[in-house]
Amino acid sequence: MKTDLDNLVSQVRRDILRMVHQVNSGHPGGSLGCTEFFVVLFNKILDFNIPFTEDGVNEDIFILSNGHISPVYYSVLSRVGFFDLNELSTFRKINSRLQGHPTNHDNLPGVRISSGSLGQGLSVGIGSALSKRLNNDDSLVYVLTGDGELQEGQNWEAIMFAYAKKIDNLIAIVDLNGQQIDGSTSDVLNIGSLKDKFSSFGWEVVEIEKGNNMEDVFNGLIKAKELTKKQKPVVVLMKTIMGNGVDFMMHTHKWHGIAPNDEQLDLALSQNPETLGDY
Amino acid sequence: MEEYTNKGDKDTRSGFGEGLTELGRNNNNVVALCADLTGSLKMNDFAKENPNRFIQVGVAEANMIGIAAGLTIGGKIPFTGTFANFSTGRVYDQIRQSIAYSSKNVKICASHAGITLGEDGATHQILEDIGLMKMLPGMTVINTCDFNQTKLATIAIADHIGPVYLRFGRPKVPNFTSENFDFKIGKGIILKEGKDVTIISTGHLVWESIEASKKLEEIGISSEIINIHTIKPLDEEIIIRSAKKTNAVVSAEEHNFLGGLGESVSRTLSTNYPVPQEFVATNDTFGESGTPFELIKKYGLDSDSIVESVKKVISRKK
Repeated sequence: MKTDLDNLVSQVRRDILRMVHQVNSGHPGGSLGCTEFFVVLFNKILDFNIPFTEDGVNEDIFILSNGHISPVYYSVLSRVGFFDLNELSTFRKINSRLQGHPTNHDNLPGVRISSGSLGQGLSVGIGSALSKRLNNDDSLVYVLTGDGELQEGQNWEAIMFAYAKKIDNLIAIVDLNGQQIDGSTSDVLNIGSLKDKFSSFGWEVVEIEKGNNMEDVFNGLIKAKELTKKQKPVVVLMKTIMGNGVDFMMHTHKWHGIAPNDEQLDLALSQNPETLGDY
Repeated sequence: MEEYTNKGDKDTRSGFGEGLTELGRNNNNVVALCADLTGSLKMNDFAKENPNRFIQVGVAEANMIGIAAGLTIGGKIPFTGTFANFSTGRVYDQIRQSIAYSSKNVKICASHAGITLGEDGATHQILEDIGLMKMLPGMTVINTCDFNQTKLATIAIADHIGPVYLRFGRPKVPNFTSENFDFKIGKGIILKEGKDVTIISTGHLVWESIEASKKLEEIGISSEIINIHTIKPLDEEIIIRSAKKTNAVVSAEEHNFLGGLGESVSRTLSTNYPVPQEFVATNDTFGESGTPFELIKKYGLDSDSIVESVKKVISRKK
């Protein structure tokens, strides 16, 4: 698994950096922090079909709740074959299907819901899981949320519901990078121990200490999968480093929503060699 | 003139309940969700007959809207049920992003709309929901007038692909339309032909318009009544044709004049065939506690108020 996916990670980071630089906007920090996760999820975990169908019957479903990390989502969707790589060059430009925040509105393959306004994805994932239950469909639903995003109250309605209604074909993953726009999550609004919170709400909790290590991400997700279909919802608390892979973007909220300039781009790209060909 | 007689007072929400029960028997993809108001929404029969397809979400409307959006992935047709206030204003962003922008086939079914909710007062009497919903791109907005129409509309929206807001109410009101009517989304209905004025009404005020028409007849005014149940997409053709005949229009709705049916009618007229129009609607105000009858009188929504608006609009005719 190591070499090929390491190459992909490096290439996806380049995609993210080049996409946001090109339009001088977008969210590189969280995207870079979740690169290893997306690469592992779409290459080693999810069972999906191409061509894409919105109903996704008998396929695993992925819902991105923190839609602002669209660069990593688009890059990986394209790199695994949902749409042409060159479409990445249209990111955030007029007449593009690659909107600032992801949407199915323009029929972009791989995307089944719009997200960007935070806190809605977990509910949508639960609905999708219920639909699978009604269709006697054994595949799973995965939802990625941010950690700052859990300050939105709707999440806690969903967390309460999932336990009460035994939604056990759903895995929620929380990107625990400890950062949000205004600063660290502990400074802005301390969310405390998510492990304690999810446990007390009746969820199975899996922890990934190194969410930027692909082996750890893979093992954590496999462990989470083994806990499904046991009458309880499952959450993976995945510690990541915002801006991972670009030394000057790491460990800070500063790069949440700003793009590198030309010089910064060159420096960032020099730390992530081109492996599979730039778009 | 066709006579409309009250076949007995019935609540529109019971029409929804019966329609939903019928859908439950005939369409396996229909799923119903409710936020702790199963009895009020008359969803009990559906819940009893289809326990696997009924989802009680508790008092958590935002989550309900998100779950409904997710259920469409896999081909389900979710019907959400709660009061109109909690179906719209409370969850506007969830509807906007997860349903409307995402083009999800969700039916948002809202009872206790408008001022006739009565004694619970202004916290529950939403008079802004038509505006909120009609402003969302792709959203179909329907406000039914009686039990039979609500039942037919409930069944019709299951076959319509796309998000729908279905608005109905709490009190028992005259049931006067035919149970066998060929209900078509987006198609207005001429309830009565006339020549001096066109009354365009929706929801509970359709019966008030019929009552008003009888009073107008007595003073020698011939009124045409059009029932617009689908506020969006609006049947512009039926409105323009009638305006050309009568040259005066009164719109009537249990909603704020800002954002309601009247404004949609106004736009149609001003861009096609401008004629004087008067608005029977609430006047940018909150409601209050009281009986439905007292409230529609106090807030100028009863048949007498429609008569006054007709007199006024006729006096403005050139």
